[in-house]
Amino acid sequence: MFDEPVAKAIFGRLTLESFPIHEPILLVTFIVVALLGLGLVGAVTKFRLWGWLWREWFTSVDHKKIGIMYMILGIVMLLRGFSDALMMRAQQAIAFGANEGYLNAHHYDQIFSAHGTIMIFFVAIPLIVGLVNYVMPLQIGARDVAFPFLNNLSFWLTVAGALLVMISLFVGEFSRGGWLNYVPVTNLQNSPDTGPDYYLWALQIAGVGTTLSAINMVTTIIKMRAPGMGMMKMPIFCWTALCSNVLAIAIFPVLTGAFALLLLDRYVGTNFFTNDLGGNPMMYWNLVWIWGHPEVYVLVLPVFGIYSEITSTFTGKRLFGYSSMVYATVVITILSYLVWLHHFFTMGSGASVNSFFGIATMVISIPTGAKIFNWLFTMYRGQIRFELPMMWVVAFMLTFVVGGMTGVLLAVPPADFVLHNSLFLVAHFHNVIIGGVVFGLFAGMDYWFPKAFGFRLDPFWGKVTFWGWVIGYWVAWTPIYIVGLMGTTRRVNHFDDPSLQIWFVIAALGALIILIGILAFVIQIAVSIINREKLRDTTGDPWNGRTLEWSTSSPPPPYNFAFTPQIHDLDAWYDMKDRGAGRPTSGFIPIHMPRNTGAGVILSGLAMALGFGMIWYMWWLAALSAFALLGYAIFHTFNYNRDYHIPAGEIAAQEDARTQLLAAGA
Amino acid sequence: MAAENTGFYVLEEEHHETGSATLLGFWIYLMSDALIFATLFATFGVLRTSFAGGPSPREIFELPLVALNTGILLVSSITYGFAMIAMQDGKLGGTRAWLAITGLLGAAFVGVELYEFASLIHEGATPQTSAFLSAFFTLVATHGLHVTFGIIWLVVMLVQLQQRGLHAENRRRLMCLSMFWHFLDVVWIGVFTFVYLLGVVA
Repeated sequence: MFDEPVAKAIFGRLTLESFPIHEPILLVTFIVVALLGLGLVGAVTKFRLWGWLWREWFTSVDHKKIGIMYMILGIVMLLRGFSDALMMRAQQAIAFGANEGYLNAHHYDQIFSAHGTIMIFFVAIPLIVGLVNYVMPLQIGARDVAFPFLNNLSFWLTVAGALLVMISLFVGEFSRGGWLNYVPVTNLQNSPDTGPDYYLWALQIAGVGTTLSAINMVTTIIKMRAPGMGMMKMPIFCWTALCSNVLAIAIFPVLTGAFALLLLDRYVGTNFFTNDLGGNPMMYWNLVWIWGHPEVYVLVLPVFGIYSEITSTFTGKRLFGYSSMVYATVVITILSYLVWLHHFFTMGSGASVNSFFGIATMVISIPTGAKIFNWLFTMYRGQIRFELPMMWVVAFMLTFVVGGMTGVLLAVPPADFVLHNSLFLVAHFHNVIIGGVVFGLFAGMDYWFPKAFGFRLDPFWGKVTFWGWVIGYWVAWTPIYIVGLMGTTRRVNHFDDPSLQIWFVIAALGALIILIGILAFVIQIAVSIINREKLRDTTGDPWNGRTLEWSTSSPPPPYNFAFTPQIHDLDAWYDMKDRGAGRPTSGFIPIHMPRNTGAGVILSGLAMALGFGMIWYMWWLAALSAFALLGYAIFHTFNYNRDYHIPAGEIAAQEDARTQLLAAGA
Repeated sequence: MAAENTGFYVLEEEHHETGSATLLGFWIYLMSDALIFATLFATFGVLRTSFAGGPSPREIFELPLVALNTGILLVSSITYGFAMIAMQDGKLGGTRAWLAITGLLGAAFVGVELYEFASLIHEGATPQTSAFLSAFFTLVATHGLHVTFGIIWLVVMLVQLQQRGLHAENRRRLMCLSMFWHFLDVVWIGVFTFVYLLGVVA
């Protein structure tokens, strides 16, 4: 068709061979995804929803809508990441002795790399950021975040990164270097393919989004609290969100730096992490783990906040030891930055260095333990309502404590030398991430869903989700703990010792039970939407809540609060209910709000084109998009017309409607 | 104002201090940028003696040229300060003139740096030669790239000042750019000390 040099100039290293037409698994997946995608696009077109989506959602700078979009992204990517998990469990359950299983090493390596990358960067982070985005401004009595446009841009940059990872499934290959893309596997001479480049560009783009979002959240919490809300009157979830985002700002630049150096190695031929000319691969490990360990706390701190809010609400008591909870959170934030080396005690940095990092790691369990006791003492003599969110809290406490204890075990350097890179470690971090982060996210979704949509999630399917996840977790990971303790190493697609097979079969069954939990969650959402009239909440306060988000309607109006609340106490909404604060029904004044903009979508689209061009060596595309990116960003700064006022009449109409709704319910 | 309010809602018009949130946010961004530089400094610290048979700092650094460049950048920080003083006095012409001088000094800095890089590469000391040179070029060029973006921003500000004058939003942007410019100065002092001076002494 083309001469070879012409084709190379246009398509770079992209050729027909880059499409996996000879891989039946990928081909079938591609057809299914393509059909689903076409169906979705067709439906949106048929019902003429594109304009509505663009105006009301894609270009929205409303923190609530951006929060919901983050949640949708996280849930969609959870399905992808979990399919990878099922494939790995199936492979390991059958690949013993003469049976090679159905995944060769080359393919298996990409699957475990993609699974980890997606679950952390495109499931856990979007779900956490989504909840913080939705809830935090409401809890501090603000009308939006400090930089509403930046918020929209952050979201779309995350989407651009997620799309690049998804594209790698069907165009070219993904990294085989594990979820942190380790050198020397990912050095150019060892992985000349597109895998590490997909990884690096996707995460650089998404990482910029996460950093900007963290800056935004920290500024919002510091600058935009309602009058009277001193730092020590701030809801505990906001405290944990603050610490989590401060930590994110402290670590993501290091990751960006490390990835940039690896990109230079791969594109320019520098020698940072190479094995010759003075390069130092362990430097990469140090840098990515300076990011990696605190990242665990970036995820789990806000989740601790969710558990705290729920415990306090569903026991009908003020949180036990609020200030000790705050101090514990801050201490964890600081300590988490000082423990990264425990991920590679085997590097050989010597007894003194290993001791320091081992002890620092163990010390973290003290503030974490304090938190567990605070939750227990909050429950003690409380009137506990075992609704769905509270069930997740109890399951979390039982599961997470075990994960914490195996963590302390791994923090002992001599023990770690034995267990390093074993499945015991893999079981440990799944224990804390599923038992901590995932359970907490489900608790948070069950808890705040009625706030976001005005009706509760169906409790029956919620319980199926709950038991699927809790039982599934234990069935799937207990056997992995056992084989790991016996010395089985991770990232292996085939085993020789047939006596181990039974454990992997049990683990695969556990994964299937978790699948029931995930499917039940999808059904739960669908059933709740269908039965929304029956599940409707008109009060805006379905759980008898204590913090400000429950003081406004469900879903809240675009401006959140017709009048900014004045804070006198921790648990401000409880205080207002307790002292009979009436809701003002007249005297509304116009409210100043930010205007929607498409700039976030456009800039992120250009960033994605830049990444794609760089991955495939399509230099013209990369140069063009880089130039357009800069040009459009400058062009955007010439738009000074970025806000408007909601007229008082419109607010009065909305608030009157709510007054009537409340009166009808009473 | 807030302390006396014993009610549960703020019923009168709220006056926002526009800009202060932006300045805080931008300051936090600068701290995150400082961490990128910290990463590059740390990497340089680890790899600074990994010559791999290639040249060492003493053989390739031309201190007088770098000292001159340091001088240029320091002076540009002072001229930016004069632009801010003119802005506080409400003098549009003075602001733009001092900004233009700052931009020219910045361009001179980048020009000298490019000349330095060109002569190093000409001598065979390229980023691919050794880990030490990879780290050196990356750290110094990242700073240079920041200065280049600062110059582009500065040119955009000159246009926006011409269009809208000392508009509140333009003032806020100039204050952010000011922090950015001084920040690059501070980073450069680190580069000059740890990369060039200590490199030649060691």
